[in-house]
This record gives sequence, C-alpha cells and structure tokens, in this order.
Amino acid sequence: MTEQGNSAPMALDRADARVKHEAGLGGAVSAFLDRVRSGDLGSLPVVVGLVVIWTVFTSLNPVFVSSSNLVNLLFDCSTVGVIALGIVCVLMVGEIDLSVGSISGFASAMVGTLWVNQGWPVALAIVAALAFGALIGSLYALLFNRLGMPSFVSTLAGLLAVLGMQLYILGSTGSINLPYGSALVDFGQLMVMPKWVSHTLAAIPGLAMLISGLRTFARRRAANLSTPSVAGLILRVAATTIGLELIVAYLNQSRGIPWMFGLFVGLVVAMNYALTRTKWGRSMTAVGGNREAARRAGIKVRAIYLSAFALCSLFAALGGVLAAARLASASQQAGTGDVNLNAIAAAVIGGTSLFGGRGSAYSALLGIIVIQSIASGLTLLDLSSSLRYMITGAVLAIAVIVDSLARRSRASHGRA
Amino acid sequence: MSESPEGSASVGELVLSLRGISKNFGAVSALTDIDFDVHAGEVVALVGDNGAGKSTLVKILAGVHQPSSGTINFRGRAVTLPDPRAALTLGIATVFQDLALCENLDVVANIFLGNELSPLRLDEVAMEMRAWTLLNELSARIPSVREAVASLSGGQRQTVAIARSLLLEPKLILLDEPTAALGVAQTAEVLNLIDRVRARGLGVVMISHNMEDVRAVADRIVVLRLGRNNGVFEPDASNQDLVSAITGASNNSVSRRAERLRAERDQAREQHP
Repeated sequence: MTEQGNSAPMALDRADARVKHEAGLGGAVSAFLDRVRSGDLGSLPVVVGLVVIWTVFTSLNPVFVSSSNLVNLLFDCSTVGVIALGIVCVLMVGEIDLSVGSISGFASAMVGTLWVNQGWPVALAIVAALAFGALIGSLYALLFNRLGMPSFVSTLAGLLAVLGMQLYILGSTGSINLPYGSALVDFGQLMVMPKWVSHTLAAIPGLAMLISGLRTFARRRAANLSTPSVAGLILRVAATTIGLELIVAYLNQSRGIPWMFGLFVGLVVAMNYALTRTKWGRSMTAVGGNREAARRAGIKVRAIYLSAFALCSLFAALGGVLAAARLASASQQAGTGDVNLNAIAAAVIGGTSLFGGRGSAYSALLGIIVIQSIASGLTLLDLSSSLRYMITGAVLAIAVIVDSLARRSRASHGRA
Repeated sequence: MSESPEGSASVGELVLSLRGISKNFGAVSALTDIDFDVHAGEVVALVGDNGAGKSTLVKILAGVHQPSSGTINFRGRAVTLPDPRAALTLGIATVFQDLALCENLDVVANIFLGNELSPLRLDEVAMEMRAWTLLNELSARIPSVREAVASLSGGQRQTVAIARSLLLEPKLILLDEPTAALGVAQTAEVLNLIDRVRARGLGVVMISHNMEDVRAVADRIVVLRLGRNNGVFEPDASNQDLVSAITGASNNSVSRRAERLRAERDQAREQHP
C-alpha cells in the first residue's frame, strides 16, 4: 500500500511514501514472489528438488515412500546431517573444512578403542572424542588466525593427518565391533520415540511460532512499528502443525521417529536459534559478509573464526560417534569415501552459500534429506554406487549453479 | 548553511591530543611527526591532498592501524588503541570512507553490529525502534530498516553509517568524507547534524575535500601535506592560503586559478548584489 491516510497515526517504519509495503495475506504472497524473482530463493530450490526426486523414485519403486523406508532414511540422515550442520558453521564465515569425514572416522575409532578395547565408560569415551574434534578445529582456527593459512589447505592437510591417526589407533585388526544391546548401538539402530512423544514434539514448533509471533505483534504495536498480519501467522502455524503431525502419524505406522533423528533436529533448531537470534550468530553472518567491516564494528573476528572451526569439528566428531552407533562398528572405512563431500554437498544443496554470510541451520536438514533420498532411492532400484556418485555429483553441481545464479541476480536486484 | 556559533573553538576540555604520531607502511612514511588536538564541542576539519595521510590518521584513531611512534592522549590519559573495539570503548566513533557496512545484513543489524541488545536473545523490536529514532534524528530517508544494506543507495548507506556511529554516545566522532556521496539536502542535513553533535559537547573530526562544507561547520582547519602538519587555519582563512597550504606552493596554477576564480566571483557579486 503506497498511500497512507493522513489522519491515521503513521507507524514509525511506514513514513516513507515511496516504499511499497504489502499488507495482509495477498501482500505476503506477492512479496514472496517478488523475493524469489529477484534471486532471494531461500530454501525454495531444495524443496522443489526434493519434490522432484521423491516423485521420480516413487514412480520407479513405490516402496520408496513406504513409512518403513522413510524411517530408515531418517536414521541414515542423522549421522551425516550432524556433520553437515558443522559445515554450515564454517560456510557461514566463508571458510571450508574438508577434513570432517576424517574427523568423524577418527572419533568413531576413538570411541571404539577407548570404550571396547580400553574399557572406558562409554560416556567418557564419547566426551573424549568430542573434545578431540573441538581441539582439531581450534588448531585450524589457530593456523588460520595467526599464520593466515587458508582453511582449504589446512583442512586438506588435516584430512590426511587425521585419517592416518584413525588407521594408526585401529591398528592391524582394522575394525572394532561395538557390542549389540549397548545403549549407544540401540540409540543408533533401534530407539524410536513413543507415539505420544513424537506427536507432542510435532506440536511444539507451531506453538512456539504462535507464542513468539503474538508477542512480537504486541510489542511492535506498543512500539508504534508496523505489525505483521495475524492471519498470515495463524495460517503458517496451522500449516506447520498439521504438516508435521501428518508426517509423524505416517512415520508412526512403521517404527516411528528415531531418537537419533530427534537429536539431529534438536541440534538444528538450537543452531538456528544461535545463528539468527544471538549476538554470536549476528557476528558470524557479519564476518562472512564483510570481515573488515565486522572487525571495525568491534567484533572479535578471530574468536568468531575459532568458534566456527571448533564447532564444525565438534559436530563432525559427534557425527562420527553417531555413525559408529548406526553401524555398530568403528572401522578403517568409517568417515572415508563420500562422507566428506556428502556433508559439504548437503549444506550447499540446502541453501547455504559457499561465498559466506548467507545460510541457515535448516539447510543441513533439508540438504541431507535430498542426498539420502537419492542414495536410498538408487539402492532400492538396485543401482550401483557408481551411478549414485554420478547423480549426487550432478545434484551438487546444480545446487552450486543455482547458488551462483541467485547471487548474481540478487546483486542486480539490489539485494544482498 | 548554518553559521558556526562564535567563540566555541577551544572551549571545553582537551578531548584528544596527538603528539609526534608517525606511521610507516614499509618504506613509505604515511605520517611523520603529527601533532593534533581536538577539544570538546569543537569541529576540526582535516584537509589535505590525496595521499596527505588524512585517512591514515583517522584509521589510527579508530584503532584500525597502529602508529609506528608517538603518543595518543584521550581525555587526559595516555591510551593505546590496539583494535577498533578499544577505540569504541573509549568513546571514539568512526564513519569510514568506505563505510564498513555488511551488505548481507539489514539496516538494524548494521547499526547495532557489535553492540546488539540482549546478546543471548536479540531484542529486535527495541533495536528497530532505536534505529528508527536515530535515523529520524538525522532526518534520514531510509525506505525500510529490514532491507539488506545492499539495496540502499550510496547516500542512504552514508546515513546508516553515521547513525551507527552515534549509537554508543561517543565523546569523539571521526567522519571520513561524510558528505562525498550525498545529495544537496542530505549534505545540509549532515552538516546540521555535525552542528548538533558539537552542541552536545562532542569533539568532531571531519575529513573533507569540499572547502564549502568545511567552512560551514569547522572551528579549525588542520592541513596535512605529504604526511606532515602544514598549518592550522581559521574557517575564514582565504582560499588561497588554504590551497597553498594543501598543495605546498604559494604560486602555482591551482592557487592562481583559485585566485582568479575568487576575483571573478567577487566581481560578479559586486555587479549583482
């Protein structure tokens, strides 16, 4: 609405008559279309991609969308997904960590050695593995901050070095079996939420959206700022709640929602809060967007890089522990092969920019579902891993092309 | 254009005092033995040719560069400015020539960058309100504070940068070419704002190439030339004196042309009073 009545008290942020402000539900829709047209795609490409992938695989093999296959999919998503969440952290500040696969492999080897071979309590072994991960990340940050070593190189060196350490501690046996029936392996393979828990958890996001939305509405009106449409909020809340409850109900027809996936989603939500609603997250985005501007604004840029690298390696180690639980073993193969690139690809496919300063924790969740859907679908079609690599590679290439094109379009439309 | 209030120069405490500041970039001496004073409630214009060291001096005061030698006294205490945070904490706010905004963040996030309200649960409503208050004080024309800075024009970005410098209630504001990118109305607004900031008892250092702007608000004009002090002038000093101090020659084509233009202008004024 460009015209404002003269008599009505104008909101503090609606005083400029030149700016188009969309009001109501229709306005929200057309504003969204405007954003997409100018290249601010958000997670739209990945949602579209997911729909396409699921349609194709379902038409080829209906088992793909069976709830038991989807529950397995969620189990598989959680391990690499946690690693991808770490990748989101380093991509946010415009850096990269190529060694997450090795770190996850070493973490699983550490848990296997300390717990099974040395007889440590399992919790202590996990904490030790996580601490090791954070330490490696801090080392990258040290090399980056003090010596100016590009993260591409330092983490490539780390990939080899940590892989060597993994092979060393696993020794001649090459793999350690984790005992079936232990809590860790059950967590990775069996444990699912009771139905009432999953339904309750599925209702929480909508409730949280509603409460925070209404509170924001009240505070903005009290502060004489323009207020978002309540109808739109209620529509979003209803869509979210109904959608999540339906998904949960469908998955509950089979085994139900894995606790491990619950942990993954919990971490994603926590990271999303940290990245968008805290000073630390704001600083991460600023450092990724313009490092010098962030420094001049008084942000401790080195500390931000340290937190990004350390968190990434910490998540990588956690992903490794979960992978060990999922496979009930710590082997020389853990963390090798496509783990590294799947994690990076998941973050990028989900919509986190490789160029820094743009991204969201949810991109790890969406991206890993895409990657695992491809893997699961191709497995169901009984196709070899050679094809899986090629198709995943093509999807990654498309995701990066979309990112680059959207970036160019944003620049020409005056959006960041 | 507003007249500067008479007698405000050298009133108030000495906010900033530099003695013997030098800065070398490798073999290049960007600054040599600079002395520089700013009092509370005073606007000091820093003028000089390209490469005279104005921006380097401002960056030293902002904590971006460290001086090779010399002392900085801020409000009577010898201080060091190892990083921008230290300068901000002391109460030195800077608007850089390249503005130093994050294009991927919106206006509110840029204004509050590094000083967010309630760090663990950002108070977006309070921040947006404060942002609008600051921008309205500057009579700023910003379409929306929730747009990324990438979508703003040069003048709007300048306004955002100035609003940001005022957020922390600083004691000294450094403005590096504050009017270079602005339109007529916005330039007048910024000059008005500088007057208002001075009236609040802050020290202001302003770099500008525009002698008209400088004369409009400055209480003193400090000339740098090739990284050295080259004279301090009153705002009513003649253009020829200023130009010759800036260029280092009393009789060159620039000063002759300035002289000729001034004579023509005076003549024109006599003919059309």
